[in-house]
Formats: sequence, structure tokens, C-alpha cells
Amino acid sequence: MAYLIEGETGDWEIVIGLEVHAQVISKAKLFSGAATEFGAEPNSQVSFVDAGFPGMLPVINETCVEQAVRTGLGLKAQINLTSVFARKNYFYADLPQGYQISQYELPIVGNGELLIDLPDGSTKAVGIERLHLEQDAGKSIHDMHPTKSYIDLNRSGVALMEIVSKPDMSSPEEAGAYLTKLRSILRYLGTCDGNMQEGSMRCDANVSVRPKGSTELRTRCEIKNVNSIRFVQQAIEYEARRHIDVYESGGEIRQETRLFDSAKGETRSMRSKEHAHDYRYFPDPDLLPLVISQDFVDGIKAGLPELPDDKKARFMAEYGLNAYDAGVMVAEKASAEFFEAVARGGAADPKDGQASPAGGRDAKKAANWVMGDFFAAMNAGDYSWENPPVSAENLGRMIDLIDDGTISGRLAKDVFQFMVAEQKDPATIVAEKGLKQVTDTGAIEKAIDDVMAANPDKVAEVKAGKDKLIGWFVGQVMKATQGKANPAMLNELIAKRFKE
Amino acid sequence: MTSLTNLTIAEARDRLAKGEFTAVELTRAHLDAMAAKRALNAYITETPELALEAAKASDMRRQAGQAGILEGIPLGIKDLFCTKGVLTTAASHILDGFKPQYESTVTANLARAGAVSLGKLNLDEFAMGSANITSHHGPVENPWKSKSDPAKKLVPGGSSGGSAAAVAARIAMGATGTDTGGSIRQPAAFCGITGIKPTYGRCSRWGIVAFASSLDQAGPMARTVRDCAIMLEAMAGHDPKDSTSAPMPVPSFEKALTGDIRGLKVGIPTEYRPDGLSPEIETVWEQGVEWLKAAGATPVEISLPHTKYALPTYYIIAPAEASSNLARYDGVRFGLRVPGTSLDDMYKKTRAAGFGKEVRRRILIGTYALSAGYYDAYYAKAQKVRALIAEDFRKAFESVDIILTPTAPSAAFGIGENDDDPVTMWLNDVFTIPTSLAGLPGLSLPAGLSADGLPLGLQLIGRPFDEETVFKVAGVMEDAARFTAMPEGV
Amino acid sequence: MSLDKSTVRAIAELARIEVPDEELDHLAGELSNILTFVEQLSEVNTDGVAPMTSVAAMTLPMRKDEVTDGNQADAVLANAPDGADGFFTVPKVVE
Ligand SMILES: [Mg+2]
Ligand SMILES: [Zn+2]
Repeated sequence: MAYLIEGETGDWEIVIGLEVHAQVISKAKLFSGAATEFGAEPNSQVSFVDAGFPGMLPVINETCVEQAVRTGLGLKAQINLTSVFARKNYFYADLPQGYQISQYELPIVGNGELLIDLPDGSTKAVGIERLHLEQDAGKSIHDMHPTKSYIDLNRSGVALMEIVSKPDMSSPEEAGAYLTKLRSILRYLGTCDGNMQEGSMRCDANVSVRPKGSTELRTRCEIKNVNSIRFVQQAIEYEARRHIDVYESGGEIRQETRLFDSAKGETRSMRSKEHAHDYRYFPDPDLLPLVISQDFVDGIKAGLPELPDDKKARFMAEYGLNAYDAGVMVAEKASAEFFEAVARGGAADPKDGQASPAGGRDAKKAANWVMGDFFAAMNAGDYSWENPPVSAENLGRMIDLIDDGTISGRLAKDVFQFMVAEQKDPATIVAEKGLKQVTDTGAIEKAIDDVMAANPDKVAEVKAGKDKLIGWFVGQVMKATQGKANPAMLNELIAKRFKE
Repeated sequence: MTSLTNLTIAEARDRLAKGEFTAVELTRAHLDAMAAKRALNAYITETPELALEAAKASDMRRQAGQAGILEGIPLGIKDLFCTKGVLTTAASHILDGFKPQYESTVTANLARAGAVSLGKLNLDEFAMGSANITSHHGPVENPWKSKSDPAKKLVPGGSSGGSAAAVAARIAMGATGTDTGGSIRQPAAFCGITGIKPTYGRCSRWGIVAFASSLDQAGPMARTVRDCAIMLEAMAGHDPKDSTSAPMPVPSFEKALTGDIRGLKVGIPTEYRPDGLSPEIETVWEQGVEWLKAAGATPVEISLPHTKYALPTYYIIAPAEASSNLARYDGVRFGLRVPGTSLDDMYKKTRAAGFGKEVRRRILIGTYALSAGYYDAYYAKAQKVRALIAEDFRKAFESVDIILTPTAPSAAFGIGENDDDPVTMWLNDVFTIPTSLAGLPGLSLPAGLSADGLPLGLQLIGRPFDEETVFKVAGVMEDAARFTAMPEGV
Repeated sequence: MSLDKSTVRAIAELARIEVPDEELDHLAGELSNILTFVEQLSEVNTDGVAPMTSVAAMTLPMRKDEVTDGNQADAVLANAPDGADGFFTVPKVVE
């Protein structure tokens, strides 16, 4: 269903294209041997090349090229065996060379496609226009001195992949889904860590609007460097509204670069970008054409991991998960791996050919535990995939204890909490806390008798036909057995007693 | 005994090896000569202490039996090469006070070969010029004087004018130069010395202040072909820090000087005889052909049809690249800063004050040629014509082994002449620019004197990476030319 | 091709070189002469000719992903006309 914004003159559609700058995971910079680590002392990770000193020359980092190709393959895109680096010329305080080395006419990656997952479980294909390699700029810090900006060149020269989508998205949600999916793929591929807060993934949004049903492309505005998915969505929403207001009051939209002010939730014109830009692109004479072989590409292709779309399809087929659960599970490679480890127990890895989960656990149950109590625990504490609240092995063992009747699903919730709190395996927790469920009919019947004896009035009410109160008796008996009564047996025995 | 400063590099090398004098003595002789010839303005920065230290170290290495191929030889370095801890200016105000914290590959190679640096030589600002009159540090004077007007100060050519003048005036045994459109060969011709721009990619560009990256190439300037061969061997070599550096082994260029050029075919391009070419130049050129014939080579008339377009092609490509290469001179990280009210104001004031007239002019032309709407008409067009010019040479070298042309259309002219119109000044490079555009090796050697007693040069152009043939033929011509004239006061 | 004053002003702005108004006319004349000179290239038929970006008959060499540089803030800042606290500084930029 199309996302529409209601205006005074009618309904409007939004047209959105996104440009993502993704920092390549590499040890050294794109054209110099300086390190790329985040958070170092100012200007400590700077070579004379990065600082644009006289006579310095760029030499390309092979790993950055590989990462771009890997990402291109992950986006099912065309890989250009010959690509060209060009200089984008402009003056800025944190651009030491006076130009950015980028790719212009011949990028390393051409047309591709990204499948976004929408909240209703459907998917939509968003076209990828291109992916090119380029240098990052340095950082200007404006709040350290009343009249000066401070320049740190640590980021200068770090490799970026600029990933440009086609203007195929038509709602803030789709833009959000695009960014989520792109980040997921980049992380699966290991080509970008996707951390928007640290700036290793930055998004520029190109937004325009048009009357519902129209196919024209109106003037777009580019909102620069928005640093969270939520803000991108807010910025798009705001900007689309602004365009509609301008058009409906008889105005025209001027093509410009805008900045999103997250405190105010508004976009505003960027003063520094007011002049029409003339970047004077030309092939960088310090660099020759980048030529890679098909073998190089094939080698990278052979090493690609299973990507989220394929994994999702497999989880649905193999584990019987629904689209939503499968989507949640594969969003991150680590969560997918964790789930598989829980679901399969010690079973073989799916990539080595023994793909059947036979002998594994109940996948649906595993999915519920991972998405339920496990995710909750993960979010509640200071945990990560490297340091989860409960290991996949222990969560699996706990599910086994449910399956063999040692504990009930209900007791398992307590067992799980103790496992988190005490970092012990489930069997130990059950033994130490005496959480084994009661399956002894006599013991349960005795408890039922005690509760009935203590509440003759309520017994009478049930017998008079107030069936609803049976639930109250179940609760009381459960309480009396400290939750350890086997729930199925308890229900059955109580029903039987009242029928007598 | 000849004065030490009059020796060639080869002679000095052999006599140092025999222990006839030390590197310190040789260096001191040059430092004294430099002091006596400051009026030439050949050096921007003299580094006598460093030179003597280096000479001492050289003598010790020799004693330890570790002499390199330029052991103890005092050289001058064009001030376009970054030298660690030593002021490097590119003859521009904008690099005021700049002391690089790194050493260019070429000068590092020279030091490794044992050479002693005497200091940094004057040049046209950012190597942009053909007369060494655009230097922020003032013009360089050619040590040669015209017979008709001995009081007139002549230009040494450019941009490596300080290098050429210093070598001619015997205040350096050899010097580094760089050549973008003729900046080694034309000043070599004007000062009666030899210089070679090797094949593009032969010498690393790392650490050389860039003018036009696709054209810039370093090379040696010295008093003989052999000296150039020795120097180039030390300077050249693959450098992984320069992506355009050729991964080629460096042959012993000196060994190429066999004197045997029998059977070689020498191309004589028709198009290098434009209307109004000075008859003196034409005579020297014809003389050159005769020498080669006499040595057993065969002259072959060839055509390089796009020659006349080389100059306009160059004057788009070089300024375009320069406009981008010189964007880094912005007053932020090194050199001159003129305060401004805003970042842009600071940039504009710094760059207006820091760059001289010719540099500003070229930056503006280059900026225009690359700007939106003009790129195809200018830059892209020039690159296509460049391809045709390179193709002319490629075809020519199917039938000849080397090409012989004049180096420059005239002898040295007076300081202050020709500088009212940039285009007229650019005509100085009409014979050297095509070679640069094609990336080929080109050598200039002194072949005779004008009626006014000024040196005239001839240029030999070789196939890519065939400097050996260039040196071999040049050696034969040098022997035939017997150019023994010397500038005044040497 | 002749350049007018406003074009020269725009180019100078792009190149970040301050040109006083009184010099614009003269500069426009000089630059126009140069453009007229280079325009003879339009005579050359370049149909089907690929632009030559480099004479080096090779492709781009690549280096290994190794940290071999950096850790030299002092050297990087040694020539700064106005450095402070380990940073380069410029007149304050207002976004
Ligand atoms: Mg962009
Ligand atoms: Zn970008």
C-alpha cells in the first residue's frame, strides 16, 4: 500500500533515494599506510599522504578493493573489472589535498539490488545505482575555541564505500528498512561495521515529492550526514512535508543541500554549501586505471558467507519459521548463528553438507526462547554476542530439560533467570534450586485436596456451575507446589476431581 | 692540476677512488665557488655544514670500502625535491619556511649512492616557466654572456634554471632537475650542459613537489653525457610509493656508452622545421645529422603530424593538473598563511599572496579547463590530442631507433625579454613538449655556439625505457661536437 | 574564446585566489589570449580517439593492508602555521 501524505490540494507521494557512506573495514587507509582505528589521539593516525603534503602520492590498499567487490557481490551488483579514480576538487578545512579521491565515471561496482523487508512481512526490491570507493575527509571540531575550528586528520584518507540507491523508496519506513538491511548485509560481509554513532555508516537522503499517481521527478533536496536510522526517517518526513507546503503555497523547491537538526526535528539550508558546486572531476593522474581480474572477483565470490535473504529462506524452509521470525533471526549474523546453535544442538554446520536439522531440537521452541526471554535478557543487561547472558549450549540444554519433562515451560522461565544471574548450566540450577517439576500424581492430588479442603465455599461455587473458578484452583495449587506441578497433569487432575 | 670544480663527475669519481683528494676537499672547493658566485642566484638555500658533514661521512665510507657510484660527488638539488629538515620552497612564497619531515625518493637514492648535497637550487615557481624568472627568490642569471652585449644578463632557461646555471658555472658537479614540458632540456641547452628527462615512470615522483602529475619527471643535469648516465643510474628505480613508477630494472647506463651507433636509424622530423626557425639552429641541427652519419647511422626523414598541437595540448593538461595539485597550498598545514576573516577569506588571501603571477594564471586557466561545461571542450579534447601525439611517436619508432631535433628554437635571451606575453614565452618549449606528452626519454646536449657565442642544444628522443640508446647516440654526438667552450669566469 | 570579468571572478572564486576588481580586466584579457591560443585544438579530428590519461602502460599497483605509517603527530604538525593542542586550526567554520 502506497504511503501518502495528505495535503490541502490532495495526496502526495514521496520519492527517496539514499546515499550511504560506509567505512570499509581495513587496517590501513585507502591510499596510505596509516591506521584506521576509531578514537585515537588527534592527528596520530596521519601519514603525510593523508595530510596532503607536497610531493606525497597515493598507493591503493588491496583489501579495500576486495571489500568493495565483496560488497558489490553481496548487493548482487555488476562488478566493473576496470574502474577509474577521479579527483573531486573543492576547498574545505578538513580536505587537506584540496580534492577527494573518488570514483566518478567508472565506479568499481555498477547496478545492483537490495531486498528490503517491510513490517507486514512483504519485501520490496530497491535498485542500487552504484558503489564506489573514495577517501574520507578529516574532522573539523568547532567547539574548542571561540574563533577557530580545530582540524583532526585521523579520518582523512580512510576508505569509504559510497553506496547510491535508485530513487525507489516511497516512505520513511522503506528508507529505514533499506538502511537496516544494508547494514545487516555489510555486517554479514564484514565490509563495514555499520556503526552510525561512530560515523562508520552515514546517510544522505535525497527527497522529493509528487502528486499521487504522477510519475514525474520533481526537484530534490539532499539531506546530509544523518547519523541514525530514526533521524533519517524523521528528516525525510519533515522534508517531504516542507516540499508539500512550499508547492501548495505556490512556491518552488530549490535544489540544495540541507542539514538535519535532530534537536529540533527540522532540516535547514547549509550555508557552507550555498554556492553551486563545480567539483571539476578529472581522472587522478597519480593513479592508473584500477584493473582487477575475473579470477580475483571469483575468488571473493567463493568466500562469500550466506547472506540474510538466503538465510531467511533457509530458516523458513528448514526450521519452519514464519517470515517474521525468520527475518528477526537473520537480521544479524550473530543472532542467526546463536539461534542455529540452540536449534541444532551439537549438530553439524549447514554449510558442510549435513544440512538436515534431524536430531536437533524443536526449532519453533528454540526461536521463541531466543526471541523472547533471551533477547529480553540481552537488552536488559550489558551483554553482547561475544558475551551473551546465556550461552547457546546452555539455552539448548534447558530446552532439552523441558522436552524430557524435568521442568515445565513455566519453571523454565525461572531456571532461565537463575542461569542469567548465576551463570550456571540448567541442570545445576534445577538441582540446586529444587526446580524439578512434580509429576507424581499422588503429590499433586494431595495438594489439590488441601486447597479444596481449605476453600469449601469456592468448591461449592464451582459445583454450582461457576467453571471460571477452576482456573483459580489451578493457580492456588501451583502456588502451593511452588510452581513445580506439571501444568498438564494439574489441569487434568483438577478437571477430574470436579467431575466426580 | 685542473681546478677541482672543473672536473667531470666521472673524473672526480676516478680520482677520489685513487685517493688524489677527498670528498671534503672536493666539497669545500665547490662551497668556495658557490660563495664566489652568489650573484648568479643559482641557489635558494646553501647547506655548507650539511655538505661538509656528508662529505666526511663519505670519506669514511670510502675508507671502509663501501663507496657508492656517486661517492663523494657534490651535487645541487632543485628546490622542488623535498629534503628532510632542509627548507624546500618550490621557489614559491607560499612554501615559506617549509621544512619537510621526509626525503624525496630521488634525493634519498642519490644520498644512498654517496652523493653530497650542496644545497637547494633556484627554479621557476612550482617549475612553471621557461626562463627562471618566476621564482619568488628572484631570477637566476645564466653564466654565459653574449659577445655582442656582454653586460646583458641572460636567462638560464627554465624551470630548472638554477640547476643548469650551477652546473655550467661549476658550482655543482651535477644537479637534479625536473622536466614537465622541457624544464631539464631547455635550460641545459641555454647553459651549454647536458640533461636528460628519462621516460615517465623511470624516476620516482615521490617527494617531488607536483606540478603536472602525468608529465613530471626527474632527471640529471651535468656537464657530460657520461655524468648524466652515472647520475641517472643512481636516481632511477622502481618505487612502490609512486603508483606510476615503472617496475623496471635500472640498467647500467654508463655501460651503454659504447660509441658504436653503426646501423642505427635516426629520425629527422619534418615538423620540427617551422617557419622562422633560426638559421643558426638549423645549421647546428644539420651538423648533428652529419656527425651521426659519419659515425655510421642513417638519417631518416619522419613525420610527426600532430606536433603543432603539442603546445596547446600541454597548456591545457599541465595547468589543469596543476590547478588541482596546487589546491593543497591553503595555509593550513604548512607554509604561508595570510589571516582572513573566514576560512575562505584566509584561503583567498593566502593563495593570492603566496602564488606569483604565472602560477596564478595557470591555476585559473586549469580551473576553467576543468570546470563544468568546459571539460569536454578543453581537458577531454586535449587528452585525445595527446593520444594522437603519442601515437605519432609510436609509429615513428617503428622505422627509426632515435629522433634528433633541436632542443629550443633560440639561444638564451635577456632577463626581461619575452615576458610580456605568456604565449610567446611558452614557444621556448615547442620542441620539448611533444616528448613530454608522449612520456619519452629526451636528452639535450650542447652542440655548438650561436654567432653571439651562446650555446645551442640538440635533443635526442628515444623509445620508452630505452635511455641506453639515447645515451649511446648522445655519447657519439658529444665526441663529435667537441663542445669545449665555457662560460665566462670558469 | 574571450572571458568576461564575471567569469574570471567566478573562476578565481573556485580556485580560492583573491583577485582585486581592478585586475579583473587585465586578467580576463590574458586568459582570453591563452584560450584563443589553445582553441586551435578544435581543428584536430579526434573522433573515436580515447582520451590519454597516462603514458604509463601499466595498471594500478596495489599494496597490502598493513599499518606502516602514522604515529607522528609532531612531524605532521611541525610546519603548521597555527597549530594548537595537537590540531591544525583554521578560522572558525560556521555550518
Ligand atoms: Mg555523493
Ligand atoms: Zn561520497
